[in-house]
Parts: sequence; C-alpha cells; structure tokens
Amino acid sequence: MALLETRNLTVHYGDFQALFGVDMRLEEGETVAVIGANGAGKSSFMKALAGLNKARSDAILLEGRPVGGTPAYRMVKLGIALVPEGRRLFPSLSVEENLLIGANGAAVDRGWNLDAIYSIFPILKERRRQRATTMSGGQQQMVAIGRALMSNPRVLLCDEISLGLAPTIIKDVYAAIKQIRGRGTTVLLVEQDLNAALGAADRVYCFMEGRVTLEGRPGELTREAIHDAYFGV
Amino acid sequence: MEWFDTFFTGLWTGLGRVSLDTIVQGVLTGGLYALYAAGLSLIFGVMGLVNLAHGDLIVLAAYAIVAMVTAWGLPVWVALLIAMPFLFAFGFGLQRVVLNRTLRSGLLVPLLVTFGIAIIIQNGLLEVFSADSQRLRFGAIETQSIDLGIATVGVFRLLTLGVAVAVILALSFLFYGTRQGRMLRATSDSAEYVQLMGVNPRIVFAIAMGISFLVIGIAAMFMGVTNFFPTSGPANLLTAFEAVVIGGLGSLWGTLVGGIIIGIAQNIGAAIDPGWQQLGGHIVFLVIVLLRPRGLFSK
Repeated sequence: MALLETRNLTVHYGDFQALFGVDMRLEEGETVAVIGANGAGKSSFMKALAGLNKARSDAILLEGRPVGGTPAYRMVKLGIALVPEGRRLFPSLSVEENLLIGANGAAVDRGWNLDAIYSIFPILKERRRQRATTMSGGQQQMVAIGRALMSNPRVLLCDEISLGLAPTIIKDVYAAIKQIRGRGTTVLLVEQDLNAALGAADRVYCFMEGRVTLEGRPGELTREAIHDAYFGV
Repeated sequence: MEWFDTFFTGLWTGLGRVSLDTIVQGVLTGGLYALYAAGLSLIFGVMGLVNLAHGDLIVLAAYAIVAMVTAWGLPVWVALLIAMPFLFAFGFGLQRVVLNRTLRSGLLVPLLVTFGIAIIIQNGLLEVFSADSQRLRFGAIETQSIDLGIATVGVFRLLTLGVAVAVILALSFLFYGTRQGRMLRATSDSAEYVQLMGVNPRIVFAIAMGISFLVIGIAAMFMGVTNFFPTSGPANLLTAFEAVVIGGLGSLWGTLVGGIIIGIAQNIGAAIDPGWQQLGGHIVFLVIVLLRPRGLFSK
C-alpha cells in the first residue's frame, strides 16, 4: 500500500479547473519529484495534498485512508507537512519562533526538534533571535524547511524550494534534503530546476496543463521524453 | 474682522489657562480612552476587522454590570469578575458563529454586520433600560484625591490609568511572551498559511475576540463611573478609533499613547473654552493623520 496516493484528483478555482484527474503514488521512504512548466498545476497539486485546496475525500489516500478535503490544520497532524512556494514565513516572528510554531502541528514525535533542525542548518541557531524575513533567501528557505520538519511529518512536501536561489545555495538546500531523507522522511518535491529534481528524486512525474504526462525513474527517462512531456511538443 | 480679533483674543486667554494640571488630568483621561481602544486595536491587529459595535459593546457590558449590581446588590468589582467568563464566551461565540463568516466576504460585509450589531444593541438597551442615564457606584474612592505635588488627582482616575497600563502590559505579555501569542501573531501575518502549522485560524480569531471582550468589560466598568445612556456607544467608538489611528493600527502601546494624546488635547480644548473639549481631541487627531497617516507607532 502506498504511503500517499492520489486517484483522479481534480482541483477547481471557481470556474477554472487547475487539475484534471491526477494519479500519483508515493511509497514510504521515497523521494519523488513533480516537474513541469509554469501553470502546469504543480502548486495546486501540492496545496491539495496539504489541505489548502479542496479535494474529493477519496481523491487523496494516506495509507489507503481517504483524507481528501481534510482542512490543512488537520492534515499536518496526520503527518503531511508543506514547505510552501515563496516560503511564507511569518514576518512578526523570529527565526526560532517560526520553527517553534511548526511544532504545533506535531502529533507524533519522530525525532525532529530544535536541536535536530539546528544540526542540519547551524546558521539558524546563530540567527535564532533575528526576524525570519530579514534573512537571505537561502536562509529563509532553511527556516521554511525546518518549520515544516518541526511538525514531525511522515511526508514532506517541498514546493519550488530552489526558486530565486543562487546555484551554490540550491546545492546546500538539496544536501539538506538528502539528510532529511536519510532520517526516513518521505519527500515529494515540486521543482522547475530539472537537474536538481532529477538528481534528488527516485521517481519523477511530469505535469502539463493539469495532467500527468510522464512518469518514471530519472535513469530511465530520456531528455527527449522529458522535453516532450514538459512542453507538449 | 471683529470676529477674528474676538477669536484670537479668546484663544490666547484660554491658552493662558493651560497649566501642568491640565496636562496631568489629560493623561489620566487618556487612560480611559486607552481602555476603550485596546480591544479595538487587538481585533484590528489580529484579523483586520473594524468592529463598529465596539463602543456599543462597552455600553452593553456596563448595563450588564448595572443589572447585576441592582439585582444582587454586588459591589461593581465582583459583578465584573462574575461577568468576565460570560463576556469571553459571548465574544468567542459572536466571532465563531457570526463574524468569522463575514471575514470571507471582503471589507464591506464585516463593517455592515458590526454596524447592524451596534444598532441592535442600542435599540435593545432602550427597550429594556429606557433612555434614562445610568451609572455605577464605587463608593468613597470616586471622590478621593491625592496630591502629587504637581497636581491633585482623583484616585479613581489614577486607578483607571494604572489599569489601562496593566491591560496593555498583560496583552503585550500575551502576544510576545506566550505560545498562544505566537499563534495570534502568526495568524495575523497569514490566516491561510498558519493552517500549515496545525492552527485553525477561526478558533484563533474567536479567542482574540473573547480576549477583546474581557478588555471591553474592564473599559465598561471604568466608563460607568460617569453617566451613560443606551446611545453612548458611538462616542466611545469614535474616541477609541482616534486613539488606535493616532497610535498606529495594531500597536498596543501606540494605543495607550494615542489615548493619552486625545485626553491631553481634550483637556487643553476645555481649558480654552468648555465647548472645545471634544473639538480639541478631533483637531489633534486630524493633524496627526495629516502628518503621519499610518499613526505614530504603526507596525
């Protein structure tokens, strides 16, 4: 049984339909990447998994249990944490307060606490009293990842974590993802940076216009197949 | 230009009557205004809701205290203590059942709904208590005074300022020193994304309104030492608004400063001419809004 699965998942914003029947499986311990161009529906997909977008109950299954449409504040307690696109840190809160509020979503202790986060991102300990949104983009991304981990998730959803970051910082962020994965956390990444996605993931799904156009292991997919699935040519 | 000469002669003569005592009394008056404003500021800061019923809710709470004092013969303080849990529950319920639904519908709907609540409260109070004035009696403390050297001040007014400072301190501690305060600030930053932290923003808003109602109860008690009517609410709301805007939207300490500035301005206005008391406050409000539209301590 898959840890997290979507079956014929659709997402609507009023009259506009963003996702058209997406099927995806995420096995325990895997790292899976969702790639696709702007407007392909990747973020809508992640927000639906996290409970921020409405979904049919049986469209999202957690260990076979229907959880679609569960509000986000309950979804995180079921073990699904989202690092949202644009980080969305709380400007009124310091670095440490941003991390601590993440712990509010924890229902089970899986070993993620302040010490564990600071061991992966030592810079955050040095800057713990600083307002989170006054830090550099890369450091803010670390806070956003740490904040999601503080909820001790089974599945970590990362939406565009490399967006707007310098290549060296992207490398650091993905090194951290590798460590997080090493601690047994299942990871689902949405990524526009193809190399980063293919380097980190066990499997890849490609989205185009709200539909899955390709699925496979990075080593098995040719550049042409990805190109066709990505751009639809 | 005879009126011009009369006006300025009167103004200069009046300004000559402004003394240190005028300022001190103004600061004390400001304490009450800060109490009016603190609950309004809290709600605006957390959920961006402008509660047009705030002034009327203060009056409603004062009538509730009057009713308890009359029916059971309780001291005012005891009546307030008994009312506190009910006030919190009322605020929590009002937000949960009514106001949370309005927040989804843009700026206008919450304004209209709270305006409607204000009208219901005013008319309900007129029906039940008539248009006669009411007041709360605190005994000897109302008339006691102490000499501070620079001015002689009423003990009750000094107590009002002290309680206003204590309320702001308590709210600041709640916001910046507790786990619940962290949630309130994060919800204020983003009600959508705080959900990812396992926080239900609707509950947080309801708790904030409950806390605001506790402050409303305290403000009601101190307002009640002077005569009040079922229609006293809008004047309280206006003063509270001015204090919040002068201080900077959502800033608690700014609200205290805003209340004190209005209190001083009103007392200076009254020293110039008794008819200028309210005008003094409004003029200072307008000047500050012109010079610093976001208030003195905006976030």
